[in-house]
Amino acid sequence: MKQIFALLSGLIFGFGLIVSGMSDPAKVLNFLDVFGTWDPSLAFVMGGAIAVTAPGFAWLTRSRSRPFFDSQFRIPSRTDLDPKLITGAVLFGTGWGLGGFCPGPALTALPIMASGTLIFVPFMLAGMWLARHTPDLSTPLSKGATS
Amino acid sequence: METSFTPWLSLAGGMMIGASAVLLMATNGRIAGISGLTSRLFARSTDGEARGVSALFVLGLLLAAPIWLLVSGDWPQQWVPSSPMLMAAAGLLVGFGATYGNGCTSGHGVCGISRGSMRSIVATATFMAAAFATVFVTRHVIGG
Repeated sequence: MKQIFALLSGLIFGFGLIVSGMSDPAKVLNFLDVFGTWDPSLAFVMGGAIAVTAPGFAWLTRSRSRPFFDSQFRIPSRTDLDPKLITGAVLFGTGWGLGGFCPGPALTALPIMASGTLIFVPFMLAGMWLARHTPDLSTPLSKGATS
Repeated sequence: METSFTPWLSLAGGMMIGASAVLLMATNGRIAGISGLTSRLFARSTDGEARGVSALFVLGLLLAAPIWLLVSGDWPQQWVPSSPMLMAAAGLLVGFGATYGNGCTSGHGVCGISRGSMRSIVATATFMAAAFATVFVTRHVIGG
């Protein structure tokens, strides 16, 4: 049952990306181009998503001790701001601004097989593989510190 | 290239993304973070069940556009940058950065902010700032 819902969640997520325009890099790049052909639409994607997710998560964790088809809620518990978090976010944001794709939209757009997507996705997967096999060389900083 | 402002469609699509995140948490107890779910497929230590759930979520993402085509008769509208070097670099940065920083637009931007996680709020502010700066440089400093 949980497998069916995982598939269904992915499908709904993909439709959401398509309907919202987030799977179109032209719209993403224009959202990021405040001083040019600015298209503020994607602020509404983030707003709409959080408007549903925030009360949804709060209701789930308050009213239930475990998910419907699994043993526990796997919610990240870390609170420290380590250099890895910041470094990763800077690199990710730079790539997002270059290509107009973040991971979800890139995978959703893959079957459309635009030439840029067909290059982006294998390199994205290679980057994910690299990151999963890169040891964390930095020592975590204390809470509240940034680098 | 200009795109038209679509507040209602974007809001509706965003709410679908939120519904998906709540559904995955309610049924599987997992965060709908695409970089986490996808990169888990390459992790050394992941158990088989977690890998299966991740693979099915990704499969759902991949099926969305083909189903859209079957129902509407057209692929979703899109324009994708075509420079191979640019897209290769962008892909590598996105894949590595999102995984190394423990999340992307969905995991940090939607799910993390919804939980009020300070890590996710800082990460989202950081990657948004980097993305705005990158587009400013490529379109207004280099591109002109």
